[in-house]
Amino acid sequence: MSEQSAPGADGSGRPSGRLLEVDGLRVEFRTRDGVAKVINGVTYHVDAGETLAVLGESGSGKSVTAQTIMGILDTPPGFVTAGQVRFHGKDMLKMSPEQRRRIRGEGIAMIFQDSLSALNPVFTVGFQIAEQFRIRRGMSRSDAKKRAIEMLDQVKIPNAKGRYSNYPHQFSGGMRQRAMIAMSLALDPEVLIADEPTTALDVTVQAQIMDLLGELQRERQMGMILITHDLGVVADVADRIAVMYAGRIVEEADVYDLYAKPAHPYTLGLLNSIPRMDEKGQELRTIKGLPPNLMNIPPGCAFNPRCPMAQPVCREKVPPLLQLGRGRASACHFAEELVNRD
Amino acid sequence: MGRYLLRRLLQLVPVFIGTTFLIYWLVWSVPGDPFAGKCGDRGCPPNYRAMMTEKYHLDDSIWVQYASYMKNLFQGDFGITFGGREISDIIATSYPNTLKLAVVALAIEAIIGLGAGVLTGLRRNGFLDNLVLISTLFLIALPVFVIGFVLQWLLGVKWGIITPTVSNEMRFSELIVPGFVLGSASMAYIARVARTSIAENRRADFVRTAIAKGLPMRRVVGVHLLRNSLIPVVTLLGTDLGALMGGAIITEGIFGINGIGRQVLRAIVTKESATVVGIVVVLVLVYLVMNLLVDLLYAALDPRIRYE
Repeated sequence: MSEQSAPGADGSGRPSGRLLEVDGLRVEFRTRDGVAKVINGVTYHVDAGETLAVLGESGSGKSVTAQTIMGILDTPPGFVTAGQVRFHGKDMLKMSPEQRRRIRGEGIAMIFQDSLSALNPVFTVGFQIAEQFRIRRGMSRSDAKKRAIEMLDQVKIPNAKGRYSNYPHQFSGGMRQRAMIAMSLALDPEVLIADEPTTALDVTVQAQIMDLLGELQRERQMGMILITHDLGVVADVADRIAVMYAGRIVEEADVYDLYAKPAHPYTLGLLNSIPRMDEKGQELRTIKGLPPNLMNIPPGCAFNPRCPMAQPVCREKVPPLLQLGRGRASACHFAEELVNRD
Repeated sequence: MGRYLLRRLLQLVPVFIGTTFLIYWLVWSVPGDPFAGKCGDRGCPPNYRAMMTEKYHLDDSIWVQYASYMKNLFQGDFGITFGGREISDIIATSYPNTLKLAVVALAIEAIIGLGAGVLTGLRRNGFLDNLVLISTLFLIALPVFVIGFVLQWLLGVKWGIITPTVSNEMRFSELIVPGFVLGSASMAYIARVARTSIAENRRADFVRTAIAKGLPMRRVVGVHLLRNSLIPVVTLLGTDLGALMGGAIITEGIFGINGIGRQVLRAIVTKESATVVGIVVVLVLVYLVMNLLVDLLYAALDPRIRYE
């Protein structure tokens, strides 16, 4: 195992030419019941034209990281306690609210999970897209409308012109998510964060939306952060995968490497729990236990109480995210053994 | 929209008939001789008795009485008092006064209540929030007549800022304090409902989306947040006009306003049943029309209601 640290994790704050980097980010939620350490030193980056999938169960901190990037974290209770979020090398956490606002939509845009609640119920879908052209680009109403219809067309909504004046509740779930995508892409963002974009949809529609997202990402050469808990969703679209557990990245790798040879027992557990055709009729394999209580994360490796490979060292020392070569990294004391086994 | 409106209008018919019948029945079935004390000490002359008995069908059942009353009503005839005065005259002189007072109250209620609600909803737990919470509690807890008499005494008598009573011209400047008194309790409720509604929607997903779109904060609040939060407030405001008019009786008494409250009170005391019914019937109409308007406005504010 090389002692070189994971990509971008130098913590120096020096500009590295990356499009978007999260560096050593820590976020805690101060609630009445105590302090929940939701993000505990997350570092990842995404470049133009590449898709990073952030994978993890609910509560792993993947969405909170995205909210921190967007600057839409609810404060209170959420507070950033350490780290940087650099966009074109500049730390957004140190910017003025107005500077940050200008990046939203134009620099970094976001697609939310539940399009029904994420769209404003009392305005037409068209209005909500055109609004950005009017407010951010100073276009006239009619020009903005034209552009909004073009956007609806681009995300393959049939009869875009007619659909312009429909309200969100008049759209089907899949169409609504398309409209949401159109809205997020309106200002031609450099980075698109998709927070579980298909979780609320039927399986068949899921595939269509993922295809559309992948296509748009390639066309526009955007950097995309795809947040999901569904391993099946990411395989076709993502270039790299970062697996999160209890507010940390536990493994990062190219898609192929990760599927072929996971370097963290948690990833292995996730892969094993995917239902497989050749195991039809057998009981599904699961990861035993529950994710840790974030107010009381176990000492050492946060995964150790659930880990089939846990050794005494796992209860004492937090494994750092270490480079394993070829752009992969793992935060497991036994990463090498995992990768080198057959 | 047209069908919706038609359906709503049709719904008004049974409600109107039901409420007016209840009132009619209640007022006319008060025990006692309707002519007692009407003609001084001597009792009424038989031909007058006969005339009024025939006019109001006093010898017939309540159903016949009500039916004939409604028949006359739809021809614009509200009947006459036992003294021979046209009841429509009483209504025509007293209603505009009460309506003016209620509209002023509603305006004050909407402006102050909504303003306080929005400001405190956006910034909860600040100084202003606590101030509004305490003062609204005050307004809700104090009976209207206490607020009325205290303000009348302080502003009108002690400091002389206002005239203690309202003149017959019903000038707008004279109506501000009575309007505030009349609308005080509702104002407090409006402020609280608006505060809760704003605070709730402040964390809504669609507000977060609006922020994520990079819209300026004033647009996020002024367009995306406010429009959604207004829905419950509008309902409250709209239905309040009828309640304000019906509840104006105390305020009218304190500030000497010749409105329907005073007329109804007088009519009840003197057993002028036809006057009571006439005034209340118009009030019921105001309620029903306002309710309809609120529902239409509701549908305009929330598109999800329109097509259901």
